[in-house]
Amino acid sequence: MHKEDQPLIFELSTPGRVGYSLPEMDVSETDLSELLPEGFLREEEPELPEASELDIMRHYTALSKRNHGVDSGFYPLGSCTMKYNPKMNENVARFNGFAHLHPLQDESSVQGALELMYDLQEHLIEITGMDEVTLQPAAGAHGEWTGLMMIRAFHEANGDHNRTKVIVPDSAHGTNPASATVAGFETITVKSDENGLVDLKDLKKVVGEDTAALMLTNPNTLGLFEENILEMAEIVHGAGGKLYYDGANLNAVMSKARPGDMGFDVVHLNLHKTFTGPHGGGGPGSGPVGVKADLIPFLPKPIVTKQDGVYKFDYDRPQSIGRVKPFYGNFGINVRAYTYIRTMGPDGLKAVTEYAVLNANYMMRRLAEYYDLPFNRHCKHEFVLSGKRQKKLGVRTLDIAKRLLDFGYHPPTIYFPLNVEEAIMIEPTETESKETLDAFIDVMIQIAKEAEENPEVVQEAPHSTVVGRLDETTAARKPILRYQKAE
Amino acid sequence: MNTPKELRYSEEHEWVQVEGEKVRIGISDFAQSELGDIVFVELPEVGDEITVNEPFGSVESVKTVSELYAPVSGKVVEINEELNDSPEFVNESPYEKAWMVVVELSDSSEVDKLMTAEQYEEMIKE
Ligand SMILES: Cc1ncc(COP(=O)(O)O)c(C=O)c1O
Repeated sequence: MHKEDQPLIFELSTPGRVGYSLPEMDVSETDLSELLPEGFLREEEPELPEASELDIMRHYTALSKRNHGVDSGFYPLGSCTMKYNPKMNENVARFNGFAHLHPLQDESSVQGALELMYDLQEHLIEITGMDEVTLQPAAGAHGEWTGLMMIRAFHEANGDHNRTKVIVPDSAHGTNPASATVAGFETITVKSDENGLVDLKDLKKVVGEDTAALMLTNPNTLGLFEENILEMAEIVHGAGGKLYYDGANLNAVMSKARPGDMGFDVVHLNLHKTFTGPHGGGGPGSGPVGVKADLIPFLPKPIVTKQDGVYKFDYDRPQSIGRVKPFYGNFGINVRAYTYIRTMGPDGLKAVTEYAVLNANYMMRRLAEYYDLPFNRHCKHEFVLSGKRQKKLGVRTLDIAKRLLDFGYHPPTIYFPLNVEEAIMIEPTETESKETLDAFIDVMIQIAKEAEENPEVVQEAPHSTVVGRLDETTAARKPILRYQKAE
Repeated sequence: MNTPKELRYSEEHEWVQVEGEKVRIGISDFAQSELGDIVFVELPEVGDEITVNEPFGSVESVKTVSELYAPVSGKVVEINEELNDSPEFVNESPYEKAWMVVVELSDSSEVDKLMTAEQYEEMIKE
C-alpha cells in the first residue's frame, strides 16, 4: 500500500510544460469566431493542467495502484457478481472487424457484426426461455425501464388504461421502484414473510385491476429462491398483470431454470455481471431485454433479423416503443458476452451456476457460527448475514466492512437488502478457489473475535490504507465538487 | 435513548406532539441513532395531504435512504425549512430543532392508536 500523498494533476502543473507534439497543420486555419456563434466562444483560456507525458504516466499509474478490482483481489460485493472477466473477451472485442466499425456503415459491410448480434439474441432467448430479445439497453436499470415501457404500451394497446401500479417486494433492488417511477407507474411494496420470500397473502391483497406488473428477482436479493413463483405468476396473471424478471441474479440459476418457464413475461439481463462484461469502475454495461410473444411488437427498434442468410436491421415495427439508445446498444460489451457464452458452452454455463451456488453455501455455513444468519436455508449465489450480534458489542456492520480493507479485501455489500438489520451481503461467485474463500472466511472470523475482545481495532479501521475513515457526512452535507486553485 | 413522556410514537419511529387540532411530527432519537448521520431530509409541501402509514417524505443518511411514514392523516400546514440546510439537526436535536411537519388532523382518533412512550420503549428494547 502507498502511504505517501499523491498530489492532484492540477497541482503537478507547471506553466508552459507540454506533454504532446502535434503534426504540422495540413489544412488552412480558420478563425473560430467565423465558425461558432459568439455566445459559445470562451473568453479565457481553460486552465488545463500542464505536465509532461512521463509526469502524467506516473501520476495515473500511482492512482491505479490504489485501486481494487477483481484482477487485484477478492471482491465479494453482494448483488454485483464480481466474477473474473476472461481476457479472451478483450482479445475478441479488439478484432479489427469489431473495434473499427462505424455505426453508420452500410449493413452489407458489417454482416459479421450483425451475425454476432443476431446469434447473441438467439442465445439469450434460449438461456432465458423468452421469444425475442433487444440488445439496446445500456445496463440493468435501463433494461428495467425499457421492459416497463413495453408493458405499459401493451396494456394501452389493449385499451387497459387503468393499470398504473407496479408491485415490488420489500427486498427489491432500489432500481426496481426507481425504474417503475420513471416509467410513470406508482410502486406498491409487498412484504417478505418469515422465510424471506414474498408473502403470498400480502401479494393477493395488493394485486388487482390496477396492477400493471410485478417486478421480481429470483433468487431474490437475500439469495433465496422464490419457490412459490408459479403460484405468484398465477396470481399476477389472473389479475391481468405482467411478470417482470430482474435478471441481475441470473448467475444463480443459469442453464438450470429459465425465467420464461417460471412464467415471466419480460426479463432483463446484466451482461456486465453474469456474462463477464467488465464492471465496477470498468466499462459500460449492457442490459438486454427478452419478452414473450405478446410483447414482441413493442420491442425497441431496430432488431437484427435474418433473411435468406442476410442480416439486417428491422425498423418496420409500427408498435415499437422506439429507440432506447443511440445506435445498437453497447456493442463492445455484447461482443464480450457472446465470446463468454461461446467459450463456456451449455455445460460450462451450467457448471458456473453450480459452483456459484456451492461457493455461497460453503461460505454461509462456515460463517453462520460467528454472525447471525437471518434466514437459515440453502442459499443460491449469495447470502445475507446480519451484524446484530456485533452491534451489541458496539461494532457496526460499517466497521466490519472497513476492517476488511486492512486485509486487502473489497468489502461485501452492506445495509442492503433493507429488510435485514445491519445487513452483510456476500456473493463469492464461481470463479474463486476454495483457498480464497477460506482465507476470507478466516479473516471474517478473526474480525468477529476482535469485536468481542478488542472492538477498538474494528471501530477505528482501516489502519493500513492510504486514507483512513473518510468523513462521509461532511462530504455528503457540504460536497466540494470542483477543484479550486489555492489563491 | 431519549423518549419524552409527553409524545406519542408510531411503529415506524415517528413521534407526534399534539397541539390542539394539529400535530407536530418528527423521528425519534432511536430512529436517528439507527440511521446514523443524516445528510438530507425530503419533506412534503405545505398544503399536501398525507395518509396514515403511507410515505410522506424521506431521510437520507450516509448509510441508506428511509421513507418517513405518516403516523396520522391530514393536511400539511407547516414544514421545517431549516432542515434543508441543516439536516444534522435530526441527529443533534430530534425532538426540538428537527421537527419535520405540522399537520392538521383529519381524524383525531388516529392519535389515540399511537404508542405511549412506555410502549414505544418496550418495542425498541428488542
Ligand atoms: C438485483 C439488481 N437489479 C438491478 C440492478 C441494476 O443494474 P445496473 O447497475 O446495471 O443498472 C442491479 C445492480 O447491481 C441489481 O443487483
